[in-house]
Amino acid sequence: MQREAVLNTLVFLALPAVAVIALVLDEPFAITLATRAAILALAAVGLNLALGLGGLVSLGHAVFFGLGGYAMGILASHAQSYAPLDLGLFVIEGTKSMPVIWLTAVFVSALAALLIGLLALRTAGVYFIMITLAFGQMFYYFNISWPAYGGEDGLSIYVRNSFPGLNTLDPIQFFGLVFAVLAVVLLIMGRIERSPFGLALGTARQNAARAETVGLSPFHLRLVAFVISGAVTGLAGALFADLNRFVSPTMFSWQMSGEFIVFIVLGGIGRLFGPVVGACLFVLLEHLLSGVSEFWLIYLGAILLFVVLFARGGVIGALAGRGAHHG
Amino acid sequence: MSLLRLEGIEAAYGAAQALFGVDLAVEEGEVLALMGRNGMGKSTTIRVICRIMKHSRGTVQFDGRDMARIPSHLAAYAGLGLVPEGRRVFARLTVRENLIAAARPGAWDLRKVTGLFPRLAERSSQLAGHLSGGEQQMLAIGRALMTNPRLMLLDEATEGLAPVVRQEIWAALDAVRRDTGLSLLVVDKSLAELGRIADRAVILERGRSVWHGAMADVPGDVANTYLGV
Repeated sequence: MQREAVLNTLVFLALPAVAVIALVLDEPFAITLATRAAILALAAVGLNLALGLGGLVSLGHAVFFGLGGYAMGILASHAQSYAPLDLGLFVIEGTKSMPVIWLTAVFVSALAALLIGLLALRTAGVYFIMITLAFGQMFYYFNISWPAYGGEDGLSIYVRNSFPGLNTLDPIQFFGLVFAVLAVVLLIMGRIERSPFGLALGTARQNAARAETVGLSPFHLRLVAFVISGAVTGLAGALFADLNRFVSPTMFSWQMSGEFIVFIVLGGIGRLFGPVVGACLFVLLEHLLSGVSEFWLIYLGAILLFVVLFARGGVIGALAGRGAHHG
Repeated sequence: MSLLRLEGIEAAYGAAQALFGVDLAVEEGEVLALMGRNGMGKSTTIRVICRIMKHSRGTVQFDGRDMARIPSHLAAYAGLGLVPEGRRVFARLTVRENLIAAARPGAWDLRKVTGLFPRLAERSSQLAGHLSGGEQQMLAIGRALMTNPRLMLLDEATEGLAPVVRQEIWAALDAVRRDTGLSLLVVDKSLAELGRIADRAVILERGRSVWHGAMADVPGDVANTYLGV
């Protein structure tokens, strides 16, 4: 077994181990922290397909995270107020069912990623970064000025949404659900990475012109990757909103997009478990360092600087060896 | 009807015109050598055929289809397999991944390509960037074959390789041609090797096709004037 595979297995088992230990020690807050780490990891796993495998530095992935969050917020708020959502052509009752909310979040995020991708992917490099950032800011300011769903103050959902057979208000059960979603998405991403599509995406990242000469269309490959990536990040947004029972425009902020990139860089760009390691480290550091100083992000910045300068493959790269992956 | 036909092709790099009227045709199952000294437009002609570069005048027809508006990735889909100058494999993918990424349904698959180049089977899980020059060239040819082309274009396929490796590659190309009837358009500096594999030749001089005919019939004065031999 390769060192990276061993490391991945350990990382994969660490999250539920933390949750189980916290359960035994009766520390529900630690379970919530593990849940938060798993959800942020899921968002970054989505971005990692576009960034790590496709080479697309998107500074607008918070759009999909926010859309997922607001899909949950809007559907749940209408269900809890018993006031149907009138869309003109049809009326939606709202729902408290997680599977329905997830499907809506995935669909809305994928659709947004398709539309944004159709425009943004006609550019490359710094222009792509700027266009995705611009879309992010558009959504952010739109939500700030949209009073119907709380505007700048956000929107609270009083009771966590339901999942058949589970008590989602129980922290460990909700963690189990989130972890299962993360595991399934990691499995799918692993398959995608090794599939002909994943390899073709890798060729487009390495040299688009060369990929074209063997019959591959970099634009279409990147668009598909961007849509899948957006959909996964949207799903994470819906779970994040359910964790906090609150959605606000900050889910659309460029800082959120930046944090996803930080997770990936910390863990290892293009590595399947890189975003998981990065998100867990981030949540851990946030928890530990914020107790030391309110300027804890300075310390995080120093750590990030160290990783970028001395561990280009991220934490996984440093531990497993840089050559182990396509990144 | 020719498999590939170029008529009066003109093309430019910005303000610098490179092709002033290239005419050539490749028949089904034929090996055509595209010859000329350095800078005479051979690689540019290949780039125009594969749609990497747009031509400003003339027509490119492949299998009776006008290629003028076809993007380069669809040109490969139409049946043009390019082995580019300088090999240009995907360095950070393994040998196997390089081949799979380009694969399309047809007679050429992983087993057949590694049968043609057994060294690729030995190096299957190695990163392409870590291969020797000869092995990278074999991979570039294998990758083009994996697209199951009807016409394979080889731009300086043996340039800078050791004589033994060159022999191996020419033998493989000869076997491909003999066994499958695949059409080849070959650019190479080695007249002797081209003479063994090519049926016909087209000679380019300053972006124009100045001579075409059977490979065996290249007159001495033509070779002397346009190829410097």
